[in-house]
Amino acid sequence: MQDFMMLFRSEENPDFHPSPEELQAEIKLWETWIGGIAAQGKFGSSEALDFSGKILHANGTVTDGPYIELKEIVGGYILVKAEDFDDALQLAQGCPVLSVGGKVEIRPIMHFD
Amino acid sequence: MPLLPNLFRTEYGKMVAVLVRSFGFSHVEEAEDLVSDTFALAAETWGMKGIPENPTGWLYTVAKNNARDRLRRKGHFSNRILPNLKQDHPLTEMPEPDFSPESFQDSQLRMIFTLCHPALNPEQQVALCLRILGGFGIDEIAAAFLTTKSTINKRLQRGKSRLREVLSSIELPPSSALNERLEAVLTTIYLLFNEGYHASVTPETFRRELCADAIRLALLLTTNKKTNLPQVNALLALMCFQTSRFDARSGTDGELILYARQDRSLWDERLIGQGRKFLTAATSGGHNGRYHLEAAIAFLHTKPTESPEKWPTILSLYNRLLQLHYSPVAALNRTYALSRVHGPEAAITEALKIDLKGHLWFHLLLADLYGQAEEKAKAKDHLNQSLVLTKNPATKRFIAAKIAAL
Repeated sequence: MQDFMMLFRSEENPDFHPSPEELQAEIKLWETWIGGIAAQGKFGSSEALDFSGKILHANGTVTDGPYIELKEIVGGYILVKAEDFDDALQLAQGCPVLSVGGKVEIRPIMHFD
Repeated sequence: MPLLPNLFRTEYGKMVAVLVRSFGFSHVEEAEDLVSDTFALAAETWGMKGIPENPTGWLYTVAKNNARDRLRRKGHFSNRILPNLKQDHPLTEMPEPDFSPESFQDSQLRMIFTLCHPALNPEQQVALCLRILGGFGIDEIAAAFLTTKSTINKRLQRGKSRLREVLSSIELPPSSALNERLEAVLTTIYLLFNEGYHASVTPETFRRELCADAIRLALLLTTNKKTNLPQVNALLALMCFQTSRFDARSGTDGELILYARQDRSLWDERLIGQGRKFLTAATSGGHNGRYHLEAAIAFLHTKPTESPEKWPTILSLYNRLLQLHYSPVAALNRTYALSRVHGPEAAITEALKIDLKGHLWFHLLLADLYGQAEEKAKAKDHLNQSLVLTKNPATKRFIAAKIAAL
């Protein structure tokens, strides 16, 4: 088994103002997708990230917003255990970010030992 | 149950715990022998002279006298024969055992933390708890774990000698280590409970005793402020809810009756009520761990009528439970809950991903899902696979009836 991180990338949508019911339905989708990975004993941990953020630049200035030039933001991540890249890709199938035009970036974790 | 075996079950563990507390753990076997001898003497004496007015008082007095005699003999031995050998805990200096209710409670509490010491593996912990705290016979423990008496004997011996290496007296762990050690204690109690609740080979009466003993040990934890914690109450709630269905889940021939077909009037309302009390106590601290989620699921199953929110809520609880603590049974139950919310086809896709081939309930679940999806050939195939995975005659009949009904 190998550790992978999946980053959920999507474009920021300023017109997205979900109702509480829509938000609840959205949470259920994520919960079920993650639950499916956990049911295979392959779940590590996962966090969602807030849309707000600050960026510290090399020259010391601080700007608002998590996105720099791109309009794409990282909405969250999950750490999983998978046999190999193919297996990790299988796990990524059905990720709710895909149904809103986003993408899942899958990266193996590097271990230094 | 006749008086003496019943007393043995309730008193053995208490008496051993008190004696070990005064003698130190290095003398655990002497404590066990002493209590066994006391019961042997009771069997003989009571048989001839009749049962004394206060049977437990009789047992405590005889055990105390026996302990004093042994101390005297040991003292003689260590003074005359081992004058220069330093013993960690010479028996002569031990305080007299205190057979009061407070001492019983406190000693058993210390004992359960001792027997669930991290130096032992879970198998040793469970066997030692059954033997020393529950007073179960070696043959009963061997039957529960589908193994031989000599394997259990070895497991107990190794566990005891390992404990003698790492500790001398029985104590509650310091507060800094309490939470971690409590986790191990709860795991052992839950293992014990599951052994009783799910094991299919052991006789029904013995399984009930295992479950009752697990609940008794968890109750013991609630008697002390330090260990009466939310997770303990959550586990107690879970065990009460589960046990409430004991009478409903098997028929007159011992055949399995699945949840959906159970006669709900046989569910034990009193236990459900107690479970609710423990669940309330468990949720007062904002703690929300593994046992809370499992207790919440078990609670939803105690409701005789099904609301439309029942299965989505259960699915959501299983999704969270699996992220905290993976187990094959939870993975299978989640898949079943998913079938109730999203239909059999979606659940089949998920079931094939969890891939627990060789697990009886994995094949029974897939058979059920394929049956619902009208794929009879595949349903039959999985029923046939499950048939060879059980030795239990009642379960075999249950599967055969399903094959015949297809």
